[in-house]
Amino acid sequence: MELEFTTRTTFDKVGTRPPRPDGTDKVTGRALYGADLAGADMLVGKVLRSPHAHARILAIDTSRAEALPGVKAVVTRDDFPHIGPEGTVKGEVEESVWDVARNVMARDKALYEGHAVAAVAATSTAVARQALKLIDITWQALPHVTDVDEAMKPDAPLVHEDMITAGMDPAPDKPSNVAEYTRIDMGDIEAGFAAADVIVERTFRTEAAHQGYIEPHACVASASEDGVAELWCCTQGHFSVRDMCANILDMDLASLRVTSSEIGGGFGGKTTVFLEPVALLLSRKSGRPVKMTMSRDEVFRGSGPTSSTSITARIGATRDGRITACDATFRYQGGAFPGSPVSYGAVCGMAPYGCPNVVLHCYDVVVNRPKAAAYRAPGAPMAAFAIESLLDEAACKLDIDPVELRLRNAVKEGSSSVYGPTFGAIGFVECLEAARDHPSLEAVPGPNQARGVAAGFWPNYGGQTSVTVNVNTDGTVLVSLGTPDIGGSRASMCLMAAEELQIPYARVKAIIADTSALGHNDTTGGSRVTHSAGLATIEASRKVIDIMKQRAAAVWDIDVDAVVWDQGCVRPSGANAGDHEPLSFDAIAAMAPATGGPIAGHAEINAEGAGASFAVHVCDLEVDPETGRVTILRYLAVQDAGKAIHPDYVEGQYQGGVAQGIGWALNEEYIYGSDGVLQNPGFLDYRIPVASDLPMIDTVIVEVPNPGHPYGVRGVGETPIVPPLAAVANAVSRAIGQRMTETPMSPPRILAAIDGAS
Amino acid sequence: MSLQHVTTKVNGDAAEFLCDATETLLDALRDRLGLTGSKEGCASGDCGACSVMLDGRLVCSCLVLAAEADGREVETIEGMAETGELHPLQTKFLELGALQCGICTPGFLVAAKALLDENPDPDETEVRYWLAGNLCRCTGYDKIIRAVLETAADLRGQ
Repeated sequence: MELEFTTRTTFDKVGTRPPRPDGTDKVTGRALYGADLAGADMLVGKVLRSPHAHARILAIDTSRAEALPGVKAVVTRDDFPHIGPEGTVKGEVEESVWDVARNVMARDKALYEGHAVAAVAATSTAVARQALKLIDITWQALPHVTDVDEAMKPDAPLVHEDMITAGMDPAPDKPSNVAEYTRIDMGDIEAGFAAADVIVERTFRTEAAHQGYIEPHACVASASEDGVAELWCCTQGHFSVRDMCANILDMDLASLRVTSSEIGGGFGGKTTVFLEPVALLLSRKSGRPVKMTMSRDEVFRGSGPTSSTSITARIGATRDGRITACDATFRYQGGAFPGSPVSYGAVCGMAPYGCPNVVLHCYDVVVNRPKAAAYRAPGAPMAAFAIESLLDEAACKLDIDPVELRLRNAVKEGSSSVYGPTFGAIGFVECLEAARDHPSLEAVPGPNQARGVAAGFWPNYGGQTSVTVNVNTDGTVLVSLGTPDIGGSRASMCLMAAEELQIPYARVKAIIADTSALGHNDTTGGSRVTHSAGLATIEASRKVIDIMKQRAAAVWDIDVDAVVWDQGCVRPSGANAGDHEPLSFDAIAAMAPATGGPIAGHAEINAEGAGASFAVHVCDLEVDPETGRVTILRYLAVQDAGKAIHPDYVEGQYQGGVAQGIGWALNEEYIYGSDGVLQNPGFLDYRIPVASDLPMIDTVIVEVPNPGHPYGVRGVGETPIVPPLAAVANAVSRAIGQRMTETPMSPPRILAAIDGAS
Repeated sequence: MSLQHVTTKVNGDAAEFLCDATETLLDALRDRLGLTGSKEGCASGDCGACSVMLDGRLVCSCLVLAAEADGREVETIEGMAETGELHPLQTKFLELGALQCGICTPGFLVAAKALLDENPDPDETEVRYWLAGNLCRCTGYDKIIRAVLETAADLRGQ
């Protein structure tokens, strides 16, 4: 069925703020998250992790652990099936199976401190912990490198001895830690800089931040003797978990059923597997269900933070504030395996601006750190930190208001984007104008205070999505989704189904179905769910309406073309108009058994038309010149949502992204010792913002409808974390009169900048 | 090592369990009594997701030994709604969308109730500092703080 793409502008349910269907269970403690499932006869699984940043594993002796009473299984690299680098991949995996298989269990080398090297399943946590101490490993420590710039030097220790940089012509003849080079080119860069009246250039560095979800990774695996297995886990994509585990363990896709628990935050960090294949293997080996949970320090040491980066950028602009050229080099480390989000980031940085001459050099670098995972707008916040900081510096030099400078260069409908496509209807100008006109900008910064402005962009995604809408005979509706609900998406789907079916919101419930109940669903990520699952929910709901029209027409014994769907009823139309009383949704639902059986609509789509998302943030802060401490005074986040289905959860995305961005800007960082060991793997020393660190966060939802969605929806989750690094940095820089170029802007770093200036 | 017998009261009802001497109250609540509403986010007292009341005092149950609950009274998130009716804080959190993933929500509710029991009229700063021991990574705290302030006002009859 072709979806009608005339964008609706009037709604009676969409845009309201009802309680979410999963809410009561979450305020009462009833909702079951990854670690909350318990089963009879269940074992506890624990992982032994490398104490070395880089070391060859010469031998692993598990005999003493296996002999410990209560130990039911031990697994190491030897228990995993062999996967060649050229192996055929089944299902839908978004990362290299080869890399992920080696990340979940080290093979010839431990590539970072915290890399899994063995695991045990035992009758209790205490026994499992004791068993880990009885595993004897013969290590050969190797030189390591954790810094992205150090890793790119010619004499750096090699993380992978045979890695030749891809994307270079000609290919280098020697291995290095650069996995891939990508160049993005537009226009004539020399001419662009020649036309500039002012040129700003700096090198910026950002330290790795962790997604910091409060729920550690957890799963329960149960493998049966016939090769079939079940897995319960907290994940953003249970279909991807199934497919990745099936590849790593050489199983059929149909033999592994994955159920996603409620998920306690992910932000991109739960889009891959860590414990899951290990738990399945332990269960297979022990013949019993195995539960595994990460401790917080394992989350920091063993799951994926984001990249640390080093970016050198140069921007030229004319006297009247037109950007003429941008030349930038992006170096992102992706941890011990290729795949840092460097090229995503690079294009997101310049995407908001119609600059005709751009050259972006992107280096994907490996180091001895945990394999990076996606983190909200992967790669974009760091690039925006560099680009938006330079724009602020240019604005200062040109004496142009920072919002005005961005307005003069803002992309609009019809502008070509640096990443290829021409923009359709977008709302960047509207966001800039809304920020400029917001009452919070009337506040005048006092001594040691300043205002920082920055913009952000994320392209948004569609992707494969499968939804079923079941109508019960009492007229209630159940929506089965395959996209784990990480921040209220069930409420949004219920609103869209209720809107389409013209029934009360309270009559619609939604669940996240397991992998055996629906067709494939891509992972919840890239801000794709409200758009893609929304499209599928609307399409499935329209199929329900079609079926209801058929049922009514059959009851009336008239042609289906002679009935219409109108205000929640089927009515005869045309020549038959008025011949029969309209049949309501509930009446047709009740007649289902007698008129052909259950009424259900389903949609299996590969969603396109995700509308690009833009944001503008304004941060007012104060710097204490004695201590270097920053206090955020006010924060405004303006963003185009296309159409906010449930505004509470749209605002929540804006506010949450801002808080994460402020944490990244001011406090959060991975601190490595000279031994390559992470120094701060806990919430005490890796300090995320707490309630007393932040003010209320003002939001403005701009709504420029996305023509790719019948209600105009744009994804909103990623973009809010893109501007804050630069918004905070620009405010600090203006407050102290020194340009800040590194995150986190911790008190010592700010004091050093102040001292350096005097 | 033999297990210890603990006799306690949880959410008003007598409860008994056997536990290891090194086990935390959080582990006992979750694994021995099946009360999984209290969450483990850090096991080091930094995130507050395991907040419970012990003899009327707000504690991180990950920092209390299970054996310490002997002869004392524990209140958890599971006991907050009474006879099928949500506590006003629970209702307000739902009404204002003060949760996203929900993993920190039980801890915030237990801590917020402790605040309102002690100080029915807190200002925004007091709420922010009282809840500074509860980490939320999704919401930026804005809607949580508003929900607590609005509930306090409602309970005062304003």
